[in-house]
Amino acid sequence: MSEAKKFNFIGQRTIRPDGHDKVTGKANYAADLSLPGMIWGKILRSPHAHAKILKLDTSRAEAMSGVMSVATFDDLPSVSNEAIQSGEGAIDSLDLGRNVLARDKVLYHGHAIAAIAAKTVAIAEKALELIDVEYEVLTPVLDLHAAMKADAPLLHEDMFTQGYPEQPEKPSNIAARHELKMGDVEAGFAEADVIVERDFVTPTVHQGYIEPHACTVSYNTEGQSMVWCSTQGHFDVRASTAKLLAMPLGNLKVIASEIGGGFGGKTTVYLEPIALILSRKSGRPVKMMMDRDEVFRASGPASAARLTVKVGGKKDGTITAMQTSIAYEAGAFKGSPAMIGGMTAFTPYNCPNVYCETFDVVVNKPKVAAYRAPGAPQAEFGAEMAVSELAEKLGIDPVDLRLQNAAKEGTQTVYGPKLKAVGLVECLEAAKNSPHYKTELKEGEGRGIASGFWFNIGGQSSVTINMNPDGTGTIVEGSPDIGGSRASMQMMASEELGIPLNDLKPIIGDTESIPYNQSTGGSRTTFATGMAVIEAAQDVVHQLKERAASLWNVTPDQVEWRDGSAINTAGEGQMTCAEICAKCEKTGGQISGTGNVNARGAGPSFAVHVCDTKVDMETGKVDVIRYTAIQDAGKAIHPSYVEGQFQGGAAQGIGWALNEEYVYNDDGVMENAGFLDYRIPLASDLPMIDTIIVEVPNNFHPYGVRGVGESGIIPPLAAVGYSVGDAIGANVSELPCSPPRVLKLIQEKG
Amino acid sequence: MAVVDYQAPQSIEDAIGILQKTDIKSKVMAGGTDLIIQTKSQTADPVRVVDLKHIDGMMSYTLDDGGMSLGPAMSCAEFTTLDDVKAVYPGLSESAYLIGSTQVQGRASIGGNLCNASPAADTIPALIANGAQCVIEGNNGERVVAVEDFVTGVAQNCMASDELLKRISMPRPAPGTSDAYLRFIPRTEMDIAVAGAGVSVTLDSSGKCTAARVAIGAVAVTALLVREAAEALIGTAVDEQALDAAAAAASAAAKPITDRRGTAEYRTHVVGVLVKRAAKIAAERARGVK
Ligand SMILES: Cc1cc2nc3c(=O)[nH]c(=O)nc-3n(C[C@H](O)[C@H](O)[C@H](O)COP(=O)(O)OP(=O)(O)OC[C@H]3O[C@@H](n4cnc5c(N)ncnc54)[C@H](O)[C@@H]3O)c2cc1C
Repeated sequence: MSEAKKFNFIGQRTIRPDGHDKVTGKANYAADLSLPGMIWGKILRSPHAHAKILKLDTSRAEAMSGVMSVATFDDLPSVSNEAIQSGEGAIDSLDLGRNVLARDKVLYHGHAIAAIAAKTVAIAEKALELIDVEYEVLTPVLDLHAAMKADAPLLHEDMFTQGYPEQPEKPSNIAARHELKMGDVEAGFAEADVIVERDFVTPTVHQGYIEPHACTVSYNTEGQSMVWCSTQGHFDVRASTAKLLAMPLGNLKVIASEIGGGFGGKTTVYLEPIALILSRKSGRPVKMMMDRDEVFRASGPASAARLTVKVGGKKDGTITAMQTSIAYEAGAFKGSPAMIGGMTAFTPYNCPNVYCETFDVVVNKPKVAAYRAPGAPQAEFGAEMAVSELAEKLGIDPVDLRLQNAAKEGTQTVYGPKLKAVGLVECLEAAKNSPHYKTELKEGEGRGIASGFWFNIGGQSSVTINMNPDGTGTIVEGSPDIGGSRASMQMMASEELGIPLNDLKPIIGDTESIPYNQSTGGSRTTFATGMAVIEAAQDVVHQLKERAASLWNVTPDQVEWRDGSAINTAGEGQMTCAEICAKCEKTGGQISGTGNVNARGAGPSFAVHVCDTKVDMETGKVDVIRYTAIQDAGKAIHPSYVEGQFQGGAAQGIGWALNEEYVYNDDGVMENAGFLDYRIPLASDLPMIDTIIVEVPNNFHPYGVRGVGESGIIPPLAAVGYSVGDAIGANVSELPCSPPRVLKLIQEKG
Repeated sequence: MAVVDYQAPQSIEDAIGILQKTDIKSKVMAGGTDLIIQTKSQTADPVRVVDLKHIDGMMSYTLDDGGMSLGPAMSCAEFTTLDDVKAVYPGLSESAYLIGSTQVQGRASIGGNLCNASPAADTIPALIANGAQCVIEGNNGERVVAVEDFVTGVAQNCMASDELLKRISMPRPAPGTSDAYLRFIPRTEMDIAVAGAGVSVTLDSSGKCTAARVAIGAVAVTALLVREAAEALIGTAVDEQALDAAAAAASAAAKPITDRRGTAEYRTHVVGVLVKRAAKIAAERARGVK
């Protein structure tokens, strides 16, 4: 296990293998590929948030000179309701098809209706104006209140709420209702000395990846078609696109470009199927790029949410019951992570009585997509705010209350299993001992503490390590690198092989160079793909030993592998990796190792954040003045990139808490679809985010790794929210804590 | 717009000559940080860009006992390094320093900020507070218009299509005068003012305010000169009571809209806070420049 093991490479802060190309501008992103004969695709988008399409006539556009092809929903071969694996969950292929190109109804402002490919962008844009669409405009349903009303206009006439014992009589915008429970909350609340019950609201937010969606594709009727795009999972792009176009998987090759951020938002398809149709119909390669406006209006944000949270505790600090009712916006099609909200909300607590009711609700906004720990930040925001308030009412330090009730190995979760070894207690203790927590607040400053829980996933990863005749090797993995994972793969392979880092080059193979890999999501890559790398490297070592044995004429078990060399334990002799590879020709051909895993036992990563803010009492502006992110990494393979994940999660969570939100007008048109008015935090808005890496090994990984990519976005919402409330002496219940909202709280308190 | 022609005249006369052509629309350009973005708008109307940066005097300034005469196309990056200007008009220098980012300031000019006439333009309240005048040149010669009268609406100014802004002139402030400009944005940079306030005050040797100008931005279709706010300061020692009265007068004068950047209610409140704070800073500075 990791403590016993002495590492040569793991834990160092090495230089990332992709860094040089990225900082010198040589790395190729989604929009960087152009092909001979390539034409340009552009999308006609709905000017209404909710309308029936009465007529769609593309004939005038098709007739325009320079227009090469047109795509509408009718070009999608009959898609059914089958589920396809996409990103971090299965999605309904009919819904996916209807999101990619609207069928009979447009369901949000910006919903794609038709696409044109033309010789130039200008021609394509001009031709869009020649598409004739007649709409019957319907009343848009723009928030959870409106959508859940009994007489609300319906987005889907055929949608009946799932999750009740019997199908309800009338259709509804509530796609699903779920219950999660354990123990007896009534009895738990009856035992409590103090009960906190509050409502919370969080806004629609976007992942804010800097690189917009783009792709270049080429359809080939005879042989193989190709998609080049920026994605977190090119195998899932292949699955979704092939499904929508009724192609066998083997006929489609998807190449993942470098990716300029995804955060969960690049786990589904928008442009790729459309571009392939346009290419199929024109016989030309097609390139499509969204602009920022389209990214905001038509790609998937994270759910806006409303929740009621009730928690009860005894004077001695025992939390006796925790309960919540949660509603999440799914956007235009079902499938918000509402239930995940219920599963995560109270998991940091060892409380026997828990009840969660969750609602997945459709509204006339873009279909939500995954965003870092999808579903957890909203629910845990409410839970953590309520727990902090409970601590205050009980007169107990908020870290102590959390320590007293902390989930640990053996704690029963509301969603089923008992937790294995986890590091929440260690994170809370680290918080308590941190210089930050020991810093006394000055007049006018506030402090918030919050925990965060995320499951993490494992799943399928495949890796091949191909050794070269000079003893160097290529690590072919299938996990797009969005957070520096290539560096970690290189370190893990070097650790096993004992050869220098730079002798191993990690690359992201396309869908035909390597077997299926699940997408880079769920914080799975360093854990699961890392396991496949270790397995592949061990396979290579095994073969190197065999080859050395045959050269020495001994048995493989008489050969030991040490620091990159084979040692003959039966006699004299030592051979380096390079020497063995150079003689491969004589010992049976070239060497490659494989690791194909379906990794189980992803260890959850708990996080604890401490945030201090200062509020301008006359303007309501919040300054984050101190921030510390503490999280369990199991084992930090590359500490700098682990810290980067903590800081990135914190920065995004702070943005969510402070200023980010979709602003809609009454017609359902987003009014701030750009980075000028959709206010993500800038570097100058944030203090240094201090980090503390906690390492409680995950026994299911050879080095003890836990994924760290997501938990860090969970605590900031409540850490910031509670801190602001503490600074101004009022209760924060709605995010973001934008200046007008905070000023209002200050004024109301008088 | 589609840019189909680019001209870089060497003199004002040549520039005006080009502006008089009626074949296609001409657009004057200083740094282009507003103009180039506008040319990317959907419409395909052909335009000619007339770059002013090669005309003598457009990029330079003079500062003497009579005041400042500023070439309207000088970059904010250069303007904000002028220590002599900063000593006399610190608030104006600060307003230019708030525009965009270092990169944007390398191109953006005060003249462009003024002519573009955005309600949220940062330098306009600071110019008004300093009593700046626009020297306009056209076919019929020169005319001079006060900045508060120059801007006539959202993205509108009083110039004809064949006129251009030649100089921005400002009187030398009386002894004991200084200024300040503050804006409110929810972040620290790269944002557009939710409200802005430029204030100039003159204090006599006893610390009493003898003259003041207060201008507010982003709370009406144009920046407003608020005489009531100035009057609230004049005759006082710029104490808390006077500052509160000035703030109230500014809030009362504001006619903001609610949009994605802020509600009308919020802007009305915050502009008062900014006036109060800017007046306080201007007074502190004025006490130092006897
Ligand atoms: C990223 C970014 C951030 C920004 N941030 C801010 C900010 O924080 N605050 C702010 O106020 N502005 C901001 N701006 C807007 C812009 O940078 C400023 O308004 C700038 O001062 C414009 O100056 P310019 O020289 O680039 O003008 P130009 O774009 O060259 O011209 C602007 C307009 O004025 C006209 N014009 C220019 N000079 C003359 C002249 N001498 N005579 C007649 N007409 C003329 C042009 O025809 C055009 O219509 C920002 C812009 C960008 C791109």
